[in-house]
Amino acid sequence: MKKITGAQAFIEALRCEGVTSAFGYPGGAVLDIFDALMDARDIQFILTRHEQGAVHAADGYARASGRVGVCLVTSGPGATNTVTGIATAYMDSIPIVVFTGQVPTHLIGNDAFQEADIVGITRPCTKHNYLVKDVCDLGRVIKEAFYIARTGRPGPVLVDLPKNVMNSTVNFKYPDSVKLDSYCPTYKGHPGQIRRIIGLILKSRRPVIYAGGGVTLADASKELGEFARRLQIPVTTTLMGMGAFPSGDPLSLGMLGMHGTYAANMAVTNSDCLIAIGARFDDRVTGKVDEFAPKAKIIHIDIDPTSISKNVKVDLPVVGDCRLVLRGMLAELDGKDAELAEMLIQSEPWRSEIDVWKKQQPLKYCKSDIIKPQYVIEMIDEIAPDDTIITTEVGQNQMWTAQFYKFKEPRLFLTSGGLGTMGYGFPAAIGAQVAFPNRTVIDIAGDGSIQMNIQELATAVQYNLPVKVMILNNGYLGMVRQWQSLFYKKRYSHTSMAVSPDFVKLAEAYGAKGLRVTRPEDVKGAIQEALRIPGPVFADFVVDPEEDVYPMVPAGAPINNMLLV
Amino acid sequence: MRHAISVYVDNQAGVLSRVVGLFSGRGFNIESLSVAPTLDPSKSLMVITTSGNEQVLEQIKKQLNKLINVIKVVDCTDKDYVEREMILVKVKAEKETRAEVLRIADIFRAKVIDVSPKSYTLSLTGDKSKLEGFIEILTPIGILDFVRTGTVVMEREMQGRRKLA
Repeated sequence: MKKITGAQAFIEALRCEGVTSAFGYPGGAVLDIFDALMDARDIQFILTRHEQGAVHAADGYARASGRVGVCLVTSGPGATNTVTGIATAYMDSIPIVVFTGQVPTHLIGNDAFQEADIVGITRPCTKHNYLVKDVCDLGRVIKEAFYIARTGRPGPVLVDLPKNVMNSTVNFKYPDSVKLDSYCPTYKGHPGQIRRIIGLILKSRRPVIYAGGGVTLADASKELGEFARRLQIPVTTTLMGMGAFPSGDPLSLGMLGMHGTYAANMAVTNSDCLIAIGARFDDRVTGKVDEFAPKAKIIHIDIDPTSISKNVKVDLPVVGDCRLVLRGMLAELDGKDAELAEMLIQSEPWRSEIDVWKKQQPLKYCKSDIIKPQYVIEMIDEIAPDDTIITTEVGQNQMWTAQFYKFKEPRLFLTSGGLGTMGYGFPAAIGAQVAFPNRTVIDIAGDGSIQMNIQELATAVQYNLPVKVMILNNGYLGMVRQWQSLFYKKRYSHTSMAVSPDFVKLAEAYGAKGLRVTRPEDVKGAIQEALRIPGPVFADFVVDPEEDVYPMVPAGAPINNMLLV
Repeated sequence: MRHAISVYVDNQAGVLSRVVGLFSGRGFNIESLSVAPTLDPSKSLMVITTSGNEQVLEQIKKQLNKLINVIKVVDCTDKDYVEREMILVKVKAEKETRAEVLRIADIFRAKVIDVSPKSYTLSLTGDKSKLEGFIEILTPIGILDFVRTGTVVMEREMQGRRKLA
């Protein structure tokens, strides 16, 4: 066996994990790794302009492709800059591995230059993290890091690499398998629980499926669709579950919760059997917990035991992988044709009732001669190809996208659901574009959010990543302004973005293309043009400054208590 | 209700802070904590006493199990177990109370482990209620200081025996 340096061993380990793209930013503590990286022609490295952008890009890459996203940054500030990105991935269970440089082991704890205890800092926002103190542990740790990141309930793992470890030499062999006594996620659902679940569902008359991001993470949308259609159960999805069930399907209720559809929230409130699949009863979904699905027996399928009965008491839980459990549920239906037929008949009035709600209160907005942001999203949906990947920032742009863009497949909608990170969408779009260079990738942004990671435009230009950024420019931090408008007597405290850059000139300054649209009749043409331009584009849509997102459930209210347009 | 939870963990740097950070981050309460390596020196045992309703306790156990370095979580409250804690008490012992302190120590089967002209230092092991009784009795005499270890627990070898007794 040939002796190689820790840095070369690191590159070897990435190769063994099948890593072909990584995102990051160099610095003193990772010079050895970057030196080794220069010879690794098979690993495409994307230099972002800020470490936060690198983590979001790795996250966007992971969400779009289903592979583990990889990020490499230096010690100290490089490492601390990753924290928001890591917390974002943690809240949404996204598999990424973040490698941070660290000062040499003999200096750790000495307040050395660019030293930060990043393992300590990220302990609560990683699935697990490591400090590699001995180069002999490097292979095992990297193997475990990737394994932990992608298995079970996925999540971010951080590996801290001291400089002296990376430039010492080792007889390197990447381990073939992982041996972790204390970590073995449950994939297969308990057959008895699955049988009871089917028993309960077949007796229900008003069933609803509430599907979350776990369905996408488990690649279970095919099984979900089959199950829902076979039993004719209406499906509502969370923000993270958008696309796990196609929006256009007659059984689709759209999103539920704070900005969910009227039909979804009414259906959940009146259901007698709520089937939660890969969802975690987030407060933005449940509203007032005590009045969430008050009439329903609640079934909960989740790979993470801690999600079960955390916020809402569950009647029938099953711990397991959504896809395997759904397959088990489908198999359990065999030979129960009579009961199934009976259930389909008995639940027919329920579906009619839901159709009435859908017709009574569809998602809508008032057209005017100012551009309405919802209209821009409808037009993007109309014009963009079917396999377009949409990312969003956070706030009104995110909610309108979830409401008005019809997601037909999973992994096409990348958004920071749990942490709600403004500045996520643009770098995530860059990551998604790296994963799929030939597909259209669009970031639907606000004028506030886009400025949080706008520096990544240089990254997009440098690597010719033709990401299209559609800015819904209302001159406000719109969602906060909306709350101020509704609940703080229109006292718009510091939510007006009185000064923003000229996004067209800014795009041009970076070497990208900029478009400005001020009239509704120009929206369609501008989107078409943006998609036609070969490189990155900023399209600045000057929209109605006081448009609000509806329906809206006030914080802490039950979800059938909706403010409507 | 008070629960004593045994948490078997990898004996590695940083594991204690993962466990403790979990409690503080999620707003769980730690009443006492004791940690030491086990028979297998690659593992440590943490005994955590905590309290909360059923739902909180369930979350505590699940969240602990979710930590990668946690190998096993046992809620001893569900079982027959023995419990011990140790206390060292420095108690005022002047002419008129010196004999009384020794009598109390004798009743509780505490040991005198340090003597000075004006104080005794006593050591006592027992369960939580015994230690608290000891403190209560000594308080009127004048406790100068005390220090307690965390609780340690061990499952009884023969489960169900306590009910027979």
